[in-house]
Amino acid sequence: MEKLVLARRASQIKEELRQRMRNHKQVIDVSWGDPQSAGVKPLSFVRQVLAACLYPDLMNSNTLPLDIRQRAQRLLGECAGGSVGSYTATAGISEIVYRISEFITKRDGGAPSQPENIYISPGSQWALSNILKVLVNSEASPRTGVLTPEPCYPLTTFSIKGLGGVTVPYHLSEEQGWELQVEELHRALDSARGVCNPVALYVINPGNPAGYVQSRKSMQDVIRFASEKRLFLLADEVYQECVHGEKSEFLSYKRVLAEMGPPHSDTVELASFHSASKGFLGECGLRGGYVELVNLDPDVMKCIHKLFTIDSCAPVLSQFALDLMTNPPQPGDPSYPLYSKEIQHIKTMMAHNVKRVFEVLNSLLGFSCQPLEGGAFAFPRLYLPPKAIQKAKEMEVEPDMFYCIRLLEEAGVLVKPGWEYGQKEGTHHIRFCIMTSEDTMEEVLSRLSSFHTQFMKDFS
Amino acid sequence: MSATRMQLLSPRNVRLLSRGRNELFAGSSGVGYGPRVCSLTSPPLSSSSPGRALSSLSATRRGLPKEKMSENGVSSRTKVLTIDTMNPTVKKVEYAVRGPIVQRALELERELNEGMKKPFVEVIKANIGDAHAMGQQPITFFRQVLALCSYPELLNDSTFPEDAKSRARRILHSCGGNSMGSYSASQGIESVRQDVARYIERRDGGVPCNPNDIYLTTGASDGIVTMLKLLVCGEGETRTGVMISIPQYPLYSAALAELGAVQVNYYLNEEKCWSMDLSELQRSLDEARRHCNPRALCVINPGNPTGQVQSRQCIEDVIRFAARESLFLMADEVYQDNVYAEGCQFHSFKKVLFEMGPEYSDTVELASFHSTSKCYMGECGFRGGYMEIINMDEEVKAQLTKLVSVRLCPPVPGQALMDLVVNPPQSGEPSYDKFIKERTATLSVLAEKAKLTEQVLNTVKGISCNPVQGAMYSFPRITIPEKAVKEARDKGQQPDMFYCMKLLEETGICLVPGSGFGQRDGTYHFRMTILPSTDKLKILLNKVKEFHQKFTEQYS
Repeated sequence: MEKLVLARRASQIKEELRQRMRNHKQVIDVSWGDPQSAGVKPLSFVRQVLAACLYPDLMNSNTLPLDIRQRAQRLLGECAGGSVGSYTATAGISEIVYRISEFITKRDGGAPSQPENIYISPGSQWALSNILKVLVNSEASPRTGVLTPEPCYPLTTFSIKGLGGVTVPYHLSEEQGWELQVEELHRALDSARGVCNPVALYVINPGNPAGYVQSRKSMQDVIRFASEKRLFLLADEVYQECVHGEKSEFLSYKRVLAEMGPPHSDTVELASFHSASKGFLGECGLRGGYVELVNLDPDVMKCIHKLFTIDSCAPVLSQFALDLMTNPPQPGDPSYPLYSKEIQHIKTMMAHNVKRVFEVLNSLLGFSCQPLEGGAFAFPRLYLPPKAIQKAKEMEVEPDMFYCIRLLEEAGVLVKPGWEYGQKEGTHHIRFCIMTSEDTMEEVLSRLSSFHTQFMKDFS
Repeated sequence: MSATRMQLLSPRNVRLLSRGRNELFAGSSGVGYGPRVCSLTSPPLSSSSPGRALSSLSATRRGLPKEKMSENGVSSRTKVLTIDTMNPTVKKVEYAVRGPIVQRALELERELNEGMKKPFVEVIKANIGDAHAMGQQPITFFRQVLALCSYPELLNDSTFPEDAKSRARRILHSCGGNSMGSYSASQGIESVRQDVARYIERRDGGVPCNPNDIYLTTGASDGIVTMLKLLVCGEGETRTGVMISIPQYPLYSAALAELGAVQVNYYLNEEKCWSMDLSELQRSLDEARRHCNPRALCVINPGNPTGQVQSRQCIEDVIRFAARESLFLMADEVYQDNVYAEGCQFHSFKKVLFEMGPEYSDTVELASFHSTSKCYMGECGFRGGYMEIINMDEEVKAQLTKLVSVRLCPPVPGQALMDLVVNPPQSGEPSYDKFIKERTATLSVLAEKAKLTEQVLNTVKGISCNPVQGAMYSFPRITIPEKAVKEARDKGQQPDMFYCMKLLEETGICLVPGSGFGQRDGTYHFRMTILPSTDKLKILLNKVKEFHQKFTEQYS
């Protein structure tokens, strides 16, 4: 319930601010990976297409560029009754699913992707939840286990537990840039012996909350491990468009698997997840994601299909957003110049934010931050003075939670405490979104620096 | 009933979602909870448990993929995830509305498109309650506001009416970063919940509604499944039973199968226009109590697939029954604007409950569901909906709030649309006249088609159709000759599936067999929607008539 405490306190403070009870202008909420709420504008071409699809009258005038109107026309032609208000096929509009499979094939250097293995869902977590439902046997004894990273995106661990499963954390190595080390996977698996029945291995790449991007070698190690230990591989790749490190490159698990060749490429069972919420689109509120299933048993696929049918289908606008994400304007298209400009703007913004966050955090005594290679967040380590830890104990909250509450109350900045993600005993962190406008990022860093300096002084 | 009665859903008997991150892993070797408190995971069902004892939806068990033995050859590798190793409850899930007959219809469509010759020129899909797919037009005002919200540059476009613009501004203002692309609170945008609350108050003649009792959802189905998750716990004889009407909308049976809950069937009375029958409710409940713990009663009003609109008296009786028998009421009211028959009126469970006075309104636990998919909007593709929760224990509500947070938030365009549905143009506003005209036209065409369907089907010997009082479907009873029944069974098919498949192959009309919804043993039905355009509907009805006559002759 502590998570709700912070959120509730944030609402309270926002209300107090409205009533001018505080001396800063507004609460800056960087606690979610939600770029649009943090000042990043949606891509124009996406919103123009959606508007035309919602209100087709717009296609009868020149208000919108020609290629936008053509796209909208094509998309509506792929909807039953030519309306975004119709249900679609369970896995998504078949033409869109097909185009997504083509995108995947292209992204993965030609490794083929089958459309029938792809399901679009209202957000990637929804699809992940359906796959977990199939994996996690709530009636089993011992309980089903899923290896999860520590730190980890908490909604996944929450889903696993909610289904009656058990999480088996493997620690990412902070000092090595949050590296995933195979020895640690072995240790984690061993620790599960007699406690639960591990069936799956969940990886997030690029990471959340930690901002790592796995190397090919690391991914191959993971695949070999999953194969050897007979684990179903769940690859959460929603941040694949968010790669900042100069030496970093996103490779999909599918691609690495395919390029490893048989026997692994034919046998390792994999579910990869992507989403329209992150990356350049940042369309969190639309709720659009998909899962690609590789090497699954055909009978299991039939059951998975039935599970998806209960949900009817993903929202049509979300399906469109995924289509637009995987098929952006090309040079020569009327929309291309604006699209290109907007993408560049976001890239510049991210480069600025990444540089500034890394500089500022590492310059502050009491903070240290690993290189931000990818993802949408900074997850710096906090070195809290003993007095602060003591105070937190008295208040019966985790020390980094205490820090976050103070940060909110005194500086009007809302971030998340590392405690929510899991961290090595005795360490503390905070997580905040770095996919924000440059101004917002500067304001956050400025407030955070002042607050932090004062905080460390107060508790020295 | 005293005011101190114990709540049905109390923190002790709801699925406790989490007590802290590491507790479960740390204490995972044992169960550690007493029998009356449900642990996070439903403890292993005892092997002698009858499981879903009362289900007579026999057809839903057929047509499941044959369980394959995993390959055990030394040279080939067995999969990690197989039919044998997967979660067993998922195997039992069926959803007839998108089931095998629909797959076949899609195949036939593809074949037609490829130029194959068929006894028909098009496939008419009267299987799914999707109005837009069958040509119903959206409400202009709604789409204008949503387009403006989507691409706010259009606020400078003079072709959009002022009231649409001001609505769009209001909605955008309530979104993070003034954009529909931001996450909202998991429970839904606050101003939308406030508008929903005001709509409910107006609809229910002033009965108060607290916005904090409103949860926006991804379609009504999402809300229904979420509530069922909260309700289902226990094991063996204490396993939760959920009463559902037969015939039912197969979402319920699918969700109950997936959750491993006990499905408790109560039959609607076909002779009395599919009304609810108290003695039948009592019979069903008493029998269920012998082997499970019935905790909830689901009602769909107006009904799906049956189309009945329950009388106010009936609703009162059901509420009294639920109160007396300590049942959580789930009122699926997504068709609340789809009421056609003379003398019929939609009465919300909430309104009736409150008009019955504090003895009931203070105690009966109720969840009501609504959606943007039906009524006059027909916006299925938006996945918009809400649920109103009445008299839920505060701690359980906190658990509910946590549960909905797992999916982050419902789609924001769906929330925006729901806001418009509960807050349509008012008299005097520029868009009012057009809005009223469009809404009236849509609902009156549906009413005509409802009547037409009933009339035509009742002229067919061997088909008998109750009046389509509301919703979007007709669920006529069909007589299937013994010879056909036998042929069906020889094929391993339900007789009405056999009938519907033949109908599909010979006429291109896709309906859903009654066995997908449940029906009394020995009776057969099909469900068809009244959504095709009037012209197509006439063709459809005539073809069904012809087919039925031919079929009856062929198998006599």
